[in-house]
Amino acid sequence: MKSFKLLSVLVIVAFLLTACGGAAAPKELKLAVLAPLSGPVPTFGEMTRDGALLAIEEWNAKGGVLGATIVPIVEDSQCTPDPAVNAANKVVNQDKVHYIIGEVCSSASIPISEIANAAKVVQISPTSTNPSVTVDGNGLTKAYIFRACFIDPFQGQVAAKFALENLGAKTAFVMSDQANDYVKGLAEFFEKSFTAAGGTIVGKESYTSSDTDFSAILAKIADAKPDMVYLPDYYNIVNLATKQAKEKGITAPFMGGDGWDSADLDKVAAAGGYFTNHYSPDDPRPEVQNFRKAFETKYNKTPDALAALAYDATNLMLEAIKAAGSDDTDKVKAALEGITFKGVSGTITFDASHNPVKSATILKVTAEGIKFDSVVNP
Amino acid sequence: MQSVSKQQKAPIIVTPNSFLAWIGKIFLIIIGLLAAYILIINLFDKPYLFAQNVINGLQLGFVYALIALGYTMVYGIVKLINFAHGDVFMVGAFVSYFAVERFGLHQWPLKVFPGFDPFLSTAIGTVTTILLAMVICVLLAVTIERVAYKPLRDAPRIAALITAIGVSFYLEYFGLLDFVFSARFIPYQRPFEVVTWYIKDGIHLVEAGIAPPDGAVTISNILIIIIIATILVQIFLQYLVRRTKIGIAMRATSFDKPTSRLMGIEVDSVISFTFAIGAAFAALGGVLYAIAYPSIRTLMGVYPGLKAFVAAVLGGIGSIPGAFVGALIMGQAEAMTSGYISTPMRDAIAFSILILVLLIKPTGIFGEPEKEKA
Repeated sequence: MKSFKLLSVLVIVAFLLTACGGAAAPKELKLAVLAPLSGPVPTFGEMTRDGALLAIEEWNAKGGVLGATIVPIVEDSQCTPDPAVNAANKVVNQDKVHYIIGEVCSSASIPISEIANAAKVVQISPTSTNPSVTVDGNGLTKAYIFRACFIDPFQGQVAAKFALENLGAKTAFVMSDQANDYVKGLAEFFEKSFTAAGGTIVGKESYTSSDTDFSAILAKIADAKPDMVYLPDYYNIVNLATKQAKEKGITAPFMGGDGWDSADLDKVAAAGGYFTNHYSPDDPRPEVQNFRKAFETKYNKTPDALAALAYDATNLMLEAIKAAGSDDTDKVKAALEGITFKGVSGTITFDASHNPVKSATILKVTAEGIKFDSVVNP
Repeated sequence: MQSVSKQQKAPIIVTPNSFLAWIGKIFLIIIGLLAAYILIINLFDKPYLFAQNVINGLQLGFVYALIALGYTMVYGIVKLINFAHGDVFMVGAFVSYFAVERFGLHQWPLKVFPGFDPFLSTAIGTVTTILLAMVICVLLAVTIERVAYKPLRDAPRIAALITAIGVSFYLEYFGLLDFVFSARFIPYQRPFEVVTWYIKDGIHLVEAGIAPPDGAVTISNILIIIIIATILVQIFLQYLVRRTKIGIAMRATSFDKPTSRLMGIEVDSVISFTFAIGAAFAALGGVLYAIAYPSIRTLMGVYPGLKAFVAAVLGGIGSIPGAFVGALIMGQAEAMTSGYISTPMRDAIAFSILILVLLIKPTGIFGEPEKEKA
């Protein structure tokens, strides 16, 4: 029995060694895709994986990168720190990948980024918005970590620009939940950008996430008569606030961030409102329409923002490898820092913190559904 | 031995320290004056905004009154604070949601008899929906009473109180499961459309996309329905408690349970009946609350439940008119806080009221000093 155990261990070790040896052969470039395929947000994970795999398939059809075929290694990182660390250790130490696309959730991307950065593996998170994904505790940028989405407060800046220029608003009222960092960040940046560009904030009111009655705030809005109301919260608050606003006869349009993007958004109540988002499948730009057609042909479903950003992140990575001309991660990272990439979710360049500077999509809510309105550059 | 235990009991009676009591009173007077000052300044500054806040407060206050009745009646009869009451309120809202969204119960007359008057159809359908919610909540409350409270009737009161908290958590987190109500915020489909009027030089309808003029005060049909429903409930309860046999039995049970039993009152059914009545009004409150603030989830009953509890304590727990008055005061306190201080402060103010009442007049406005029976 003992010898059998020893034998089986030897067999497994030998097997692993050959597997590693095989992987090191030229003409193959490994790319890890870490996505939450189980856990709290499996639909996010599937969309991310599908977007990334579509990009890899397209590159392989064109002959791969640097003459090598791209081999995707998909791991389930569950949107949770522990499985994410295991998945990252596996792809970095065992599969010896040099490039990681993922994760979706900031809570998983942050621990992955620690491992990747230490191992000099280039990581692009498609959708994690937490600033600590690319910046460490001392405020220094993690050299090998990038992201493809804009960070939350950036939406506030874009919304202010859209309100001033496209809606012609001169005065705004800001509603925010001060206990929610996402909402607070958007509201603060909106306020700053709106006043800096010549607008006036006529009122600010906060509420808590358990509130259902917004009548006191709405009475103040009816009294202040602003040109628009900024409410960058999630759909549940938006549903209640916009419904009560309509009943009070408030006509100023409401505007918010990607928290509005939900199947449960009450489109009748929020009709006439706008929100900023990463991407819209109805954007007429050829990049978007080509991507949408390819995605729909392959998977028979409409790509959402997660799929689009994963597709962009993968393309960014491969484009940078091509520009660097070698599999050296130092050169690839330098190439990413200087890249100007025309993607599905906008034209991307990176700032000093490895956050993309890119355009945002403005969507309009109508009673019939959510419609593409315009693209706003920062 | 007996005399020893008596001696030990004696020092529990604490005489209030008069100096500290004075400091407390002065502090309260200052706070009261400050509040009055803020309110008066704002009343003269923008009277229409003040009126709007009063109306907003009425809407909340009347819903709290419906919930507070259940707390106060159950406490009056079994001396139990039924913390699961707020969750019965939530179940009422969910029953009406499923009835309206899945089965279209709010329009059944029109479906059964095509060509029925649409207004009457909505009215009858809505009343049916509310009645269904009430029936289901009554069944739920009676079940809770039988399963969780009745076995503990002779246990120390603290045991029943802790059980009530357990039942409350059970309902909330059982509802949170995906196959029950799920953790989502669910947009509530109203059985009827909310119509708003504004008052300025007469009463006018608010039309979609047209803002009411400056200085207008708006009221909605749901506010009027909530006020009428709550007043009807109050009248019904006064009649029930004062004029009917079951009412007399309830009062007798609340006064002295063992003697009532000796007099031939079926104490257990009277207690079940009290729970049932409270649950029915909580269900009515739940449906009206969901229509007024149309987003529901399983934790929606927590805050309205706690605030109604504060209202019941403020009015004097055990007193039916007390619950009503306490709820109206709570509604105004919340509306004024969110109108003139800030919205996140309103929960803090609501629960400060609880602390103040317990410190100053633990029996509440209408409460009678409780005689602790040996």
